[in-house]
Amino acid sequence: MADAKVIPFDEERPRRRSPRRVRVAPPAGEPVVQPVPEPDRETGGTAGAGGPVGRPGDWDRRIAGGLAFLRRRITGEYEVDDFGYDKELTDQVLMSMMRPLFDKYFRVEVKGIENIPKEGGALIVANHSGTLPLDGLMLQVAVHDHHPAERHLRLLAADLVFMLPVVNELARKAGHTLACAEDAQRLLEAGELVGVMPEGFKGIGKPFRERYKLQRFGRGGFVSTALRARTPIVPCSIVGAEEIYPMVGNAKTLARLLGVPYFPVTPTFPWLGPLGMVPLPTKWTIQFGEPISTEGFPAEAAEDPMLMFNLTDQVREQIQHTLYRLLVQRRSVFF
Amino acid sequence: MGKVVLVTGAARQLGGRFVRRIQREPDVERVIAVDSVGPAHRLGSAEFVRTDIRQSAIARVLAEHAVDTVVHLAVTGGSAGSGGARSAVKETNVIGTMQLLGACQKSPTVRRLVVKSSTSVYGGTSRDPAVFTETTQPKSLPAAGFAKDAVEVEGYVRGFARRRPDVAVCVLRFANILGPYADSALAEYFSIPVMPTVLGYDPRLQFVHEDDVVDVLRLAAGEPGRGTLNSGTFNIAGDGVLLLSQCARRLGRPTVPLVMPAVPWVGSALRAVGVTEFSPEQIRLLTHGRVVETTQMRSTLGFEPMYTTAETFADFARSRGSGLLPPERVGRAVDRVAGMLNADLSGVGPAAEGAER
Repeated sequence: MADAKVIPFDEERPRRRSPRRVRVAPPAGEPVVQPVPEPDRETGGTAGAGGPVGRPGDWDRRIAGGLAFLRRRITGEYEVDDFGYDKELTDQVLMSMMRPLFDKYFRVEVKGIENIPKEGGALIVANHSGTLPLDGLMLQVAVHDHHPAERHLRLLAADLVFMLPVVNELARKAGHTLACAEDAQRLLEAGELVGVMPEGFKGIGKPFRERYKLQRFGRGGFVSTALRARTPIVPCSIVGAEEIYPMVGNAKTLARLLGVPYFPVTPTFPWLGPLGMVPLPTKWTIQFGEPISTEGFPAEAAEDPMLMFNLTDQVREQIQHTLYRLLVQRRSVFF
Repeated sequence: MGKVVLVTGAARQLGGRFVRRIQREPDVERVIAVDSVGPAHRLGSAEFVRTDIRQSAIARVLAEHAVDTVVHLAVTGGSAGSGGARSAVKETNVIGTMQLLGACQKSPTVRRLVVKSSTSVYGGTSRDPAVFTETTQPKSLPAAGFAKDAVEVEGYVRGFARRRPDVAVCVLRFANILGPYADSALAEYFSIPVMPTVLGYDPRLQFVHEDDVVDVLRLAAGEPGRGTLNSGTFNIAGDGVLLLSQCARRLGRPTVPLVMPAVPWVGSALRAVGVTEFSPEQIRLLTHGRVVETTQMRSTLGFEPMYTTAETFADFARSRGSGLLPPERVGRAVDRVAGMLNADLSGVGPAAEGAER
């Protein structure tokens, strides 16, 4: 943990910077192409300032977009879907709040994004780790920012998320829903991209010494859901999330008292108070693997427990192998 | 051969509207309107029979008029305005339904039974799926209040359907009914100038318009159309979803978020001053919300609601007048700010206004 203070950010910068700028810049429904509307705007108004770059115009547009956004919000004129997913809020606010964490803090490297289909439903199955479910949020940003179609990932979250005030509200608005077969199937059949972390609390709350060892994949319910909805399964391996809060102990009594599945003790956490909640700035890699097609299976396959266990194992093995491969390639935890 | 339709709960707003509507159907010969209190509104040419469905007299009414279609609307939450004696409401809901079903069972003429239920039978907790279908088993059954009544009523109706397989039974589970004449507890809640909400929860709500309720009841009480089936259990709701925060903003009413333990306390305080009933069931709705699937309503029952959830709410909001922060005025305020900023930044007026659209 001693090398935690040395954080060479610079390596990733030059490569990542330029494409990101383009995507963040347009605020509301404005077109992405920057230079085109600039000239006529500038000639209409301040001629002198508009010389070198379209800076003032850009800001005006940002402010106008922001105000339009504000207007829609405070008059309630926006749409949410049946699950409470607020696309506009997610795109404009929640994503931009997570993006610095994704780009600057964890410097997430995304590989194999082409394995996610351009359209239609798909189930992304990922490993789960890190004491707090930051990996899920980063996965959501990864899919949205790196996929050419800017697809939105709909995560399936534990029931604890929906029991907590404020958290449940934000989760619903960000497009997450309860991890149950009904919701997952409904989303998949609607052609959405659904993310699931079948390890659940066993994965996210495992001690640090068991890092990158995949836990049991629930009861394989995700496989039968994908089979029923006839959508491909995309295995996904996330490296880096295990070390953000190295959980060296678990205060079980306290956890039971608070009604949570585990109460983490990290080298910093209860000792430094809120400061201990700052995650370690590890370097992350998110690798999407080859999709596993469910097209070829007959309709009754979802009821076949043997096939389900086999498929579950196949997905689990693939994620585990990719994890090992990525770990071998990794030079250091922090860069 | 004309039909004889008996409608319970005719003294209430919705019952009255349905009675007036069903008379206009060509194949309906007579309409018998039943309630324990006299209606405040006209019932057209319907015969009003003042009887309490908790008494066995209802069997005589059925036999006397040779009723063949029973539309049971006297399953209500009871509004705060009606005195609000909860036990009496519960008795009408449950005992009244039992009496009515008993009478129907003995009647040789009854062919069709339509029962108004509510989507509150699904309960609604954080562990429930986001969208309920007709077959979803609730994670925890409602413990009290109207929702429990509705669950019990549906249980008795299922028993009746088993004993009288020759009677077509249709149970309609309505989402929150709103409209210009709504007198439900939720409508009263939306009329409080400053709405108390549960801190940290933004429930998803679904509404169905009064006009659609009357329409779907008419559809269920008649003969099924081509390729449709109007017996069974159906969710009835408008398309789409509104969050409570959205509702408050569209009404222009500020909200006061309260921490969960304080909500029942504030609720009873509000009840004490006679503002609204704030039942545990309502708190549950305002915490977790409730959304139902309406595929069955479309494909099997063959009903297309005229109003979406948002349109229903807009119609309701128009009838209630604006709140303390009308959305138009708030919107204009933002426009003014935009105008001021434009003046400062000079020259990009069209850009800002273009973006406003």
